[in-house]
Amino acid sequence: MASPIQSFMAQGAQMFLVLLVAPAVAGITRKVKARLTRRQGPPVVQCYRDLLKLIRKDSVLAGNASWFFRTAPYLIFAFTWVAAALVPTFASGLMFNWAADVVALIALIGAARALLALAAMDVGTSFGGIGSSREMMIASLAEPASMLVMLTVALAAGTTRLPEVAQFLISQPLEIRVSFALAFVALVMVAIAENARIPVDNPATHLELTMVHEAMVLEYSGRHLAMIEAASYLKLVLYFSLVICLFVPFGMAPLHGEPIAWAIGLAAYLTKLTLAAMALGVWEVSIAKMRVFRVSEFLGSAFIFSFLAILLAFLSREVLR
Amino acid sequence: MSMEWPLFILAAALAVYAGAVLLAVSLPRPALGAVYPLCILAALAACAADIWVLAGQGAFQATLPLGLPTVGLRFRLDSLSAFFGLIVNLGIATSSLYGTGIGRAELSKRIEPFYPAFCAAMNLVLLADDAFGFLFFWELMSLSSWALVVSNHEDEENRKAAYVYLIMAAMGTTALLFAFGGMASPAGAAGGLAGQAGGYAFDAIRDHKLTPLVSGLVLVAALFGTGSKAGLMPLHAWLPLAHPAAPSHVSALMSGVMTKVAIYGIIRIVFDLLGTPAWWWSLPFIILGAATAVGGLLYAVQDRDLKRVLAYSTIENIGIVFAGLGLAIAFKATGIVNAAAVAMAAALLHSLNHSWFKSLLFLGAGAVLHATGRRDMESLGGLIHHMPQTAFYWLVGALSISALPPLNGFVSEWLLFQAVLAGPGFPEPILRFLSPVVAAMLALAAGLAAACFVRAFGTVFLGRPRSTEAAEAHEVPAVQRAAMGILAVLCILGGLFGGFSAWAIGPLLKTLAGTELAGLANGPTRLSLIAFTQGRSIYDAPTIALFVALSAIATMLVVHFISNRGTRRSPAWDCGFPDASPATQYSASSFSQPLRRVYRGIVLGSVEVLEMPPPGDLRPGRFAVRYRDHAWRNLYRRPAVALLFLAGRFNAFQFLTIRRYLVLMFSTLIALLIIMAVWM
Repeated sequence: MASPIQSFMAQGAQMFLVLLVAPAVAGITRKVKARLTRRQGPPVVQCYRDLLKLIRKDSVLAGNASWFFRTAPYLIFAFTWVAAALVPTFASGLMFNWAADVVALIALIGAARALLALAAMDVGTSFGGIGSSREMMIASLAEPASMLVMLTVALAAGTTRLPEVAQFLISQPLEIRVSFALAFVALVMVAIAENARIPVDNPATHLELTMVHEAMVLEYSGRHLAMIEAASYLKLVLYFSLVICLFVPFGMAPLHGEPIAWAIGLAAYLTKLTLAAMALGVWEVSIAKMRVFRVSEFLGSAFIFSFLAILLAFLSREVLR
Repeated sequence: MSMEWPLFILAAALAVYAGAVLLAVSLPRPALGAVYPLCILAALAACAADIWVLAGQGAFQATLPLGLPTVGLRFRLDSLSAFFGLIVNLGIATSSLYGTGIGRAELSKRIEPFYPAFCAAMNLVLLADDAFGFLFFWELMSLSSWALVVSNHEDEENRKAAYVYLIMAAMGTTALLFAFGGMASPAGAAGGLAGQAGGYAFDAIRDHKLTPLVSGLVLVAALFGTGSKAGLMPLHAWLPLAHPAAPSHVSALMSGVMTKVAIYGIIRIVFDLLGTPAWWWSLPFIILGAATAVGGLLYAVQDRDLKRVLAYSTIENIGIVFAGLGLAIAFKATGIVNAAAVAMAAALLHSLNHSWFKSLLFLGAGAVLHATGRRDMESLGGLIHHMPQTAFYWLVGALSISALPPLNGFVSEWLLFQAVLAGPGFPEPILRFLSPVVAAMLALAAGLAAACFVRAFGTVFLGRPRSTEAAEAHEVPAVQRAAMGILAVLCILGGLFGGFSAWAIGPLLKTLAGTELAGLANGPTRLSLIAFTQGRSIYDAPTIALFVALSAIATMLVVHFISNRGTRRSPAWDCGFPDASPATQYSASSFSQPLRRVYRGIVLGSVEVLEMPPPGDLRPGRFAVRYRDHAWRNLYRRPAVALLFLAGRFNAFQFLTIRRYLVLMFSTLIALLIIMAVWM
C-alpha cells in the first residue's frame, strides 16, 4: 500500500488534474474539427473563457423553475467530478479508489444523468422533455452496455476495482483478446453516445429537433449552465480516462510509485488524452449524424458487442474463484 | 410447550391486531381511525421482537392445541421469520402512520376492519411452523387483502381486479397445497395423498427425503404458488390490476410487504424444507427472474396510471429478488458458498430495500391522489411547487428504486452484480452461460428503471400542471408526510449503511447459504460493503456520499465567490417560442415514445393509432397509444374464454331428463370398470 500522504496527494492531484484538463480536451477536439473543415476555430483555451464568463453572468431562471432546477447543476457536477476522480489516470494509488469499484462508477454516472434528465423536465417546455426522454432512451441501452464492458474486464482481472484492474493489465503480456476487442469497441460506442457526440448527437447544434443534450440544458444560463458545461467536459475526460485505464494503461504509475514514475505517468496520460481528443475530432468530421431512431441500432450493436464480450469471458478459461 | 419472550411480544402484538379488528367492527364509522394507532403499536412491538431474534439468532417455538388433530398449530420464530417480520412490521408501522392521517370521510367499514386482519395474517404466515397453519394464514392474508381491494366496489375496474385477484389467489393456494402435500409425503410415496399423521409439521417435513421427481414437482408447485402472489411473470397480470385498486396505504402494504411474504414462502420451502438443493432448481428462478425484471419495466415505462406504474415496477423488483435467489441456489448446490452468501444477501437486502422505497412511492402516489383526485400522469404536473415535501420524499424513493448511489436500491444491485461475477466458477455449462445473460438483463433493467422513474417523477412533480386539480393541489396532513419522511430516511440510511445491513443478516446468511459475508470484517471502515475480499470488490457508500456532498458544497461556494450571484426570473426560453399551454409539455406517453420504438420488437402489444382528418375537415386530429399485456391475453383471457365456452357446452347436461341421467351414470360406471380392468 502507498503511504496515506502519498495517496492523498495522488487523489488531490487527480481531482484537480481532471478538472484542469477537461475544458482543454473539449477545446482540442473543437480545434481539430475546425481545422479539418478548413476553419480557424476558437483557441483551445476558449472553453475556459466560456466557463468563466458564464459563471460571472446573471443566471436567468424560468418563472416556474423549482428548487430542484437550481440545485441539480451542482449535484450533477459533483457526481461527475467524483466519478472522474475515481478513475486512475496517471497513478493508481489514489486515496479514495477503494470507495467505489466499476459497478459503482457506472452508477455514479447514471446518477448524474438521471438528475440532468429530471432537471430538464422541471420548467415544463417541450424541448426539455424531448431531450430528457431521448437521453433516457439512449441511456437505457448505453448503461447496460457499459456495465457489461466493465464486468468483462473485471472478470479477466479477477477484481472490480479499477486500480487493480489497471495493474493487472499492465502486468499482462501484450496480446489481443477477442473479448477485450469487443469490449473496447462497445465502450467506445457507448462513450460517443454518452458524451452526446456525432453520430448520436451533435454538441454544436441548436434549434434542431435532433438535439438531445443541448435540448436538456436549453433553459439553463449563467453559473448553472457553467456547472453543467463543466460536468459534460468532465464526463468526456472521464470516458477517455476509462478507455485509457482499461485498454491502454501503459505508463501509469504503480501503487507506490516514485516521483519520477508519477511524472512519466502524467506525461503518458496527457499524451494519450490529447491523442484521444484529436481522434474524436477526426471521427466527428468524417461521419454524419444519424437520425435519432437509428441511435437504438447503433447502441443496440454496442450492447450486443458487450454481451458477446462478457459471454466469451464467462465461457473462456479465465476463471476466478 | 415452551415459549420465550419474543414470542410473547408477538402474541401480544397479534392480540392487539385482533383487538383492532373487533374494535373496527363495533365502533361507529367516524371513530374507525382508532384502528391505526393500535396497528402502529402492535407493529413496533413486533419489530422489537424481530430485531431481538435477528440479533440473537435463537429460535423460539410454541404449539397450540388447534389446527390438525395430531399436529396442533405450531409457531416458530427463527432468524428467517424475524427478518421478514421486520420487513412486514416496518411496512405496517409506516402505512398505519399514513393511515392515521386519513380524513373521517374516507373511513369505511369496508376498509378498517380488514386492515388489521391483513396485518395479523401476514405476521402469522411468517410464524407458522406447520403446513396447515401456513396455508390457513396464507389464505387469510389473501382474503383479507381481497376484501381491501374490493373496498371501493362501485368502480367496475376494481370489481374486475378483485375478481382476477381472487382467482389467482385461489390458484396460488391450491398450488401451495400440492407443494406441501408433496413435501409431507414420505419417501417413495406417489404424491401428496400419503402424508402420515404428524407429517405436516415443518420439523417432520425437513426430515423427509424426497426423490428428485417429487422435489421437482414440489418446486414447480411452490414457484407457482408463491410466484403468483409475488408477481413473477407470467403470473403477474393480476398485480397491476389489484394493487392500485386498494386504498393507497393498503397498496403500499400489498406491493411493498405482501410480495415479501411470498418471497419468504419460497425461501422457507426451497432453502429450509425441501432439503439439499440441486443445481437445476435454480434454472426457473434465474430465467423467470431475469425475464420478469426486464418485462415488468417494459410495461411500467409505458403505463400512464401512476399506481399501475408502481405495481409493474414491483414485478420488476420481484424479478431481481428471484434472480438473486436462483443464483444463491445454484452457488449453494455447486459448493461455491461465499458466492451463495453474496447472492442471498442481495436477494434479502433487495426485499428489505424494496419494501421501503415501494411503500414510500405508493404512499406518495396516495398523497398525490388525495391532493388532486387523479392517478393519470397525463393530468398531473408541477406538484413540486404545491407539495414540496411529498415531492422531495418521492424523489428519494425514485432515485433509490433506480439503483443510484448512495441510496439503498444500489446496495442490493451491487451485491447482485458481484454474485454474477462469480459465475465462471460454475461447473455446469448452462449456468456459466446463464450468468452473463442475467448480468445483461439486470443491467438492462437498471437502465430502464431509471428511465421509468425519471418519467414518473418528471411528469407528476416537475413541469407545469396539466389540470386545474394539479394546479390547486395542497400538501397532505403532517402525519402522512411524516410516514413518507421516515421511509425516505430509511432509504438513505439503508444506502449509506449497506455494509452494516449485510453484516447484521450474517447469522441468517449462515443458515441459508452456509456462510456470511466474510470480507465485511476487515474492510477499511466498518461501513464498507465488501462482497468477497477487499481486494476484489468494495463499495463504501458513506465515503462516496461525503465525497459528493463536499465536492458539491465546495463547488457551490467557489462559484458563488467568483460570480455576482445575480438571479433573474423571466419566462421560459424554449428556443424563443414558449407556449403558454401546459399541453405543449412532454407528457408521460410522449416521454416513453422513443422507448416504445426501441423495444417495439419485444413489446409487440404496443399500438399507436393516429387519426388524421383530411384537409378541410374540422375535426381535431387524434393520437392514441394502447398497449396490451401479452400474459394477460394469452395466459388469462384465452383460457378463460375457452373455459367459459366449455362450461356453456356442459350446461346442456343440466337440463336432461331422468332417463338420460340414469344412462349417463350407468355408462360412466361401465367406463370406470373397464378402465379398472385394463389398469389392474
